[in-house]
Amino acid sequence: MIFTLTRIELLKIFRKWRTYIGFIAIGILVPLLHLAMYLEGQNSIDFVTRGLRDSFILVGNLLNGYWISYIILNALTIHIPFLITLVAGDLLAGEATAGTYRILLTRPISRMQIVTSKFLSGLIYTSSLILFLAFMSLAVGLIIFGSGELIVSGDQSIIIFEKSDILWRFFLAYGFAILSMTVVCSLAMFFSSLVENAIGPIVATMAVIIIFIILSAFDVEILRDIRPYLFTTYILDWREFFDDPLDLAEITKSVLVLGGHIIIFFTATSFIFNKKDILS
Amino acid sequence: MNSKEKVIEISQLTKRFKDVLAVNDMNFTVNRGDVFGFLGPNGAGKSTTIRMLLSLISPTSGTIKIFNKTLKENRREILANVGAIVEKPDFYQYLPAIKNLEILAKISGKEVTRKRIFELLELVGLADRANRYSHGMKQRLGIAQALLHNPELIVLDEPTTGLDPQGMKEIRDLIIRLSKEENKTIFLSSHILSEIEIVANRMIIINKGSKIVEGEVSELLNSSTLKVTIEVDDTAAVIKILEGTRWNRIIESITENKFVISIEQSAIPVLNKYLVENGVMVNAIIPVRSLEDYFLTITSGAK
Repeated sequence: MIFTLTRIELLKIFRKWRTYIGFIAIGILVPLLHLAMYLEGQNSIDFVTRGLRDSFILVGNLLNGYWISYIILNALTIHIPFLITLVAGDLLAGEATAGTYRILLTRPISRMQIVTSKFLSGLIYTSSLILFLAFMSLAVGLIIFGSGELIVSGDQSIIIFEKSDILWRFFLAYGFAILSMTVVCSLAMFFSSLVENAIGPIVATMAVIIIFIILSAFDVEILRDIRPYLFTTYILDWREFFDDPLDLAEITKSVLVLGGHIIIFFTATSFIFNKKDILS
Repeated sequence: MNSKEKVIEISQLTKRFKDVLAVNDMNFTVNRGDVFGFLGPNGAGKSTTIRMLLSLISPTSGTIKIFNKTLKENRREILANVGAIVEKPDFYQYLPAIKNLEILAKISGKEVTRKRIFELLELVGLADRANRYSHGMKQRLGIAQALLHNPELIVLDEPTTGLDPQGMKEIRDLIIRLSKEENKTIFLSSHILSEIEIVANRMIIINKGSKIVEGEVSELLNSSTLKVTIEVDDTAAVIKILEGTRWNRIIESITENKFVISIEQSAIPVLNKYLVENGVMVNAIIPVRSLEDYFLTITSGAK
């Protein structure tokens, strides 16, 4: 039944135009970034490698699809949550707004099955958006700019990855991005279970993300203490996959914290939805 | 088949929303094959009761048994045999009607063929326009989705709301047909007494969350005293003519060209003859039996 319900939920998601806002935004934004990089990318490469050129001779194609994709991922992962909430915030509250709980919940299916199928369909939407981003930035980037070594600047170092050592890092980075965006999806679903209008969950999720990001950005003693408890602290940790050697302990911690947030939000959503009186 | 087999048993059902007591200690039973009228004015607690029957909201206290099983413990098994319209039927507007029915068919707990879906669209008169969503169409589609999985119990919450007179008649005929030909048990909520009178065999009237009366429709509505509106050409003449007669005491209200009177059914022709013989032009004699009037009758009777 979960499989059937998830298919139905996916049908509902992909028959709404708002679902395509995220895809359209990425579909417009990434080619624009490609164009910008095509015109100005060499300046960026020169900026990153300015310290190296005095001591080393850099040869090869550094302005390549990998580097472009890395830059785009850096630029967009903080904005993708807003696209996720447009759909995830509507998953439960949208049924209340439309009055369709009355035909859905009078069927012989449990509320837990409904929440689970909605969560799974939200996860699939989130994954498909990130995969679309991967396709647009990485695949299209490789087609336009070709491949080459990836040059990554860290806090105190610059790492150059060989061509053969890059692709798996991107796979894992995009996988991690799916995990972190699933936290956003489950948070939006949680807010969605509380109200009967989709606008509220969308605004509330965005507000939480903005507040958490601001709190994470201020380097003040008191905020430093609460930072580990904010999920936004971990959502950009896909960058860990572009470190050498990999800090597995840090990656594991981030995965566990994000996974824990998903479980907490999902459990809270299920609890609230199971107890909810359907008055819409 | 045992005609007195209980399909719905409600015991001491209560629902409280913070300070509002929406349903108060409700008790009633619906037997197999009944068309059970559930009457009450707007805000009486009908929809709250129906939502509890369908587990959309949880009772504060009391028990609901359907098909001799408690709803709380056997929700899924019970709902597989229940079809319902709750208030106005709403659908996924971004999907065609047929797709809505297909989706609901898949989660109805029974095998529902595409042929069955088309048969139902035909039955409710939507076969040729299944992609539009007028209010009347939603209502018809609501009936279709309630019948998809051929349920034993059909709960219809104000199913004729928003339909034109022809549509209302069609729905009433359908209810009668489902009951008589297919032996379905139908729980029909309405605030229109005449609608219940036409189709139901048993009924309950509720007000302010509490039961007022329950019983056979024929017994409850077979009062010998009727309230009638009599339309005449000159009410001033009527007052004069009826002065000193036994009719004078039972006039309830008078306007320019009509008056309302509570009268024994058998006395109506006598009064009519008396008025005509005294030169009053009687244009119409219209029985008045609104739900409110009936309430007044039974509540004053209870006093």
